[in-house]
Amino acid sequence: MIPNLLDKVWIVPALMASSFLIILFFGKRFGTRATAGIGIVAVSLALVFSVCVAGQWINRVNNPPTGEKLAADVVAANGLTPQTGANIIGEVEATTIESGETVDAGTHAMASSESGSMSEMSNAEMGTASSEHAVATEHAATEHAATEGEHGGEHESVPPIVRTTTWFTIAGINFEVGTLLDGLAAMMLITVCIISLLVHIYSTEYLHGDIRFTHYYAFLSLFTASMLFYVLSSNTLQMLVGWELVGVCSFGLIGHWWEEKKNTDAALKAFLTNRVGDIGLILGVTITFFAAGAKSFNVLHINEYALSGTANTALLLVGALCLFGGVTSKSGQFPLHTWLPDAMAGPTPVSALIHAATMVVAGVYLIARLYGVFFAGLGIGSSSLHYVAFIGGFTTIIGGLLAFVQTDLKKVLAYSTISQLGYMVMALGVGAWTAGVFHLFTHAFFKACLFLGAGSVSHACHHTFDMREMGGLRKKMPITHGTFLVATLALAGIFPLAGFWSKDEILSGASAGQENAYTLMLVFGLITAFLTAAYMGRAYWMTFWGEYRGHAHPHESPKVITVPLVILAACAVFLGFTNFPKSFFGIELPGGVTTRFEHYIEPTFAFPPLQHAEFTPWLAVVSTILAAGGLFIAYQYYEKNRGPHGLTQRSKVARAGYTFLENKYYLDVLYTDIIAADTKGPLARAAYWFNTNVLDGVVNGLGTGARKIAGFVYRDIDQLVLDGIVNGSGSVSEKSGQVLRHVQTGKVQQYAAILFAGAVVLAGVFVFVI
Amino acid sequence: MLALLVAQNIAFYIIAALMVFGALRVVTCKNLMHAALWLVLVLAGVAAQYILLAAEFVAITQVLVYLGAIIVLFLFGIMLTRTKTGTDDNLNNSAGARRMAALIGVLLAGVMGYSLWDGFGKREFGELTVQRTAEVSDSIFSTYLLPFEVISILLLAALIGAIVLARRD
Amino acid sequence: MLVNQFLFLGAILFCIGVYGVLARRNAVLVLMSIELILNSVNINLVAFGAMWHVTDPSNLSGQVFALFVIAIAAAEVGVGLAIVLLIHRNRQSIDINDVDLMKG
Repeated sequence: MIPNLLDKVWIVPALMASSFLIILFFGKRFGTRATAGIGIVAVSLALVFSVCVAGQWINRVNNPPTGEKLAADVVAANGLTPQTGANIIGEVEATTIESGETVDAGTHAMASSESGSMSEMSNAEMGTASSEHAVATEHAATEHAATEGEHGGEHESVPPIVRTTTWFTIAGINFEVGTLLDGLAAMMLITVCIISLLVHIYSTEYLHGDIRFTHYYAFLSLFTASMLFYVLSSNTLQMLVGWELVGVCSFGLIGHWWEEKKNTDAALKAFLTNRVGDIGLILGVTITFFAAGAKSFNVLHINEYALSGTANTALLLVGALCLFGGVTSKSGQFPLHTWLPDAMAGPTPVSALIHAATMVVAGVYLIARLYGVFFAGLGIGSSSLHYVAFIGGFTTIIGGLLAFVQTDLKKVLAYSTISQLGYMVMALGVGAWTAGVFHLFTHAFFKACLFLGAGSVSHACHHTFDMREMGGLRKKMPITHGTFLVATLALAGIFPLAGFWSKDEILSGASAGQENAYTLMLVFGLITAFLTAAYMGRAYWMTFWGEYRGHAHPHESPKVITVPLVILAACAVFLGFTNFPKSFFGIELPGGVTTRFEHYIEPTFAFPPLQHAEFTPWLAVVSTILAAGGLFIAYQYYEKNRGPHGLTQRSKVARAGYTFLENKYYLDVLYTDIIAADTKGPLARAAYWFNTNVLDGVVNGLGTGARKIAGFVYRDIDQLVLDGIVNGSGSVSEKSGQVLRHVQTGKVQQYAAILFAGAVVLAGVFVFVI
Repeated sequence: MLALLVAQNIAFYIIAALMVFGALRVVTCKNLMHAALWLVLVLAGVAAQYILLAAEFVAITQVLVYLGAIIVLFLFGIMLTRTKTGTDDNLNNSAGARRMAALIGVLLAGVMGYSLWDGFGKREFGELTVQRTAEVSDSIFSTYLLPFEVISILLLAALIGAIVLARRD
Repeated sequence: MLVNQFLFLGAILFCIGVYGVLARRNAVLVLMSIELILNSVNINLVAFGAMWHVTDPSNLSGQVFALFVIAIAAAEVGVGLAIVLLIHRNRQSIDINDVDLMKG
């Protein structure tokens, strides 16, 4: 029997931190192999630990605590000082009534099936529940009836495990530091650990012989440690610390090859852009602290306050928007997304770890963690369109369009990341919490796979990422190609890969959104589904099909690189099933199999009452058709226009023979069928004419239009306006520095004279004036 | 009792006068070595004042550390930097800078003097009892243990820092 | 005895020290002036300590802090003189007006 690990999760970041320290102090002495070994062992241990923790969490959800134990957990989770005996029970009752939870700790003899009706009774008796809450309870009750009590997750409150210790005390306020473990945190733990482990392994080959190998591994460990620390934070102040640590590590890793100015510039840009957002975050943390009664930074305490119904909504709105400032920079939302593509200057495994899978989702995680604040502040549950959802939706389109004009494979992926982060934020914004977090989960795997695949390609092609110098790699690198294809399809949202399920859930969430307020978001989402497929198709075809255009001799990467790719691709295939919908085109699996992700991950404590969108068949069909269409159009456009041969020449080739075409171009079934038919009969010839003149016209027109729009957005908005603002603020500070430099004479005694003179003046003011 | 107090007062004023004179010589005299020796006088005076304040342990530490170690360090510093041993006109800043410094000093003295007089006026010490070394050590190793440890780390860091800075390589 | 006797002595030594820091250009002399300042502060600390000790015999904070200041002063002199030696080695002069590489 494994001991209870849920209150010992601090070991996970501690493991990585100790790995960091060991590498930092002894790495040079141990040599590169041992350095990598230390990192890999530490992450492996952390992963094993996380898996055990996740297992125990699942067990806890299955057998929720009752009675005194529950009461103790609730008190610990609230972050309020524990008391004894009756006080605890009284407090539990107070909090459960306040937050609409349906726990009766006093008698602890209540069966879970009864607790639903009991809750309605007590709410009716109290008469204090808001109408919103009543609706939610009703909704939950009907759902409960529909599923015959098999899916009773909404009814049993499973408080997270919170273990804190006092950091310091000022003016009676306890500043605590501790861990908060619930399904969301456990999910993040596993995600971060898996991807970090694979990146650690992958990097042994990718950075083989690098001059700063030890430095790299030290930062990798520190980064993982900070991310785990951030994820497990029990209060907002601690989250801020983790957030900044993650930022520092990203700075160090982006600028890993600092000999080139371009790389240091990128690192600085990432760091400074993030500072802009961090001001918002600090303000948000402060505002929420004071809003929640200036008693505690505890996340659950703040959420509980925000959802209590007595909260100051205006203050929460300001707080939520400030917090969203931090999210905007960290998670690359418009207009602070500009750093993310530049950050591709770092080593590719780092891009996979930081700029796809984990760090950039810190912002999304922040929203998910402080969902009560966003929910109450922005009125997600009730009102119409609001800022967060809109920015999410807007970013997803902007990112998708920008991805079209990039020739750098990694930049395509970077813009794709921006777009997908927008998707997650949008999902959280429309109230589809589970969908957003689920997409975060699945996206981490296939995007990491894509980045590592791009790294593998570049490893083979003399470290270039220019897609114009690639092509035809699918025969030379079969494993990389296969995994890249799987991840591309997953990202495009093709059934039955992971991306399909999560994307579809977001779309369902947007369509089912409260009072159809989020129709615009649905449209955004559908457009992006199409765009994603199209640009990923473009990248895929340009890289792996056609003729090789570079000068290197590409070859398949060694096992150290391909094995992580295969693992990630397998994750991209299977992880989507973890949240299999309750009813999928009439297929209804037993309740113990469906929506497991939602069941175990979605918090049931201090969490807003959410509607859960059901699987929507027509949306799934439409989005799949759009994705397939996007892939098809990308294929048509980029295969045809590429190379020295124009359309007419190709049609000559087509007349010359089907075999030749196949050998030369390896076109897909539809296209080859039409051309093959064309060589055989006049009807087919007519179809070919139609294809050439009408369909191609439409396809080419669409493609050109998209390119023009994207070019405009990239050149005029992204480069001119946004970068202009960034550069402008830089030059202003430079100018003021020029003026002020004359004050700085470098003579210590002048400074001392000014110091003492200032002290005299200040002392004079305090003594004589005040 | 009164006689003792009178004696203490007389001692204080004599020592204080010597100290102020010595301090003035430290900051004005033109011979580096003499300045260091005047500093010895001031530091010894400070130790004497501690005795008057019934703070034996600090007084002894003052003698050991300041007179024993720091002054020696200064003399080493003076000799190792091979400055001229005789008088040297190059020790001071320009006259303007010195006037500015004097002005700042006087203003500072004015503000501090006023606020001290305002704050403490004619407040008496009362019956001074000797603060025993045992009590001081108890205090350091119980209440102030953490600062004490921090100070030891600081001293270690300063030691290493001084070595790193001063060694030739 | 008056508390102010000692406090005034400390204040005067402090101001003389400030003058020395600002008016001298020889680095060793500047360090000596800093010693004056630190000692004046110590006098204050011990005087206050004695003042509180009369009312509360268990309170020895003044002396303890004076001891800490002495320890820090020793460290400061050590590092300060090392820096001065380094400057002298590189420039054959310890005139702190020459050391102005940090000017803007």
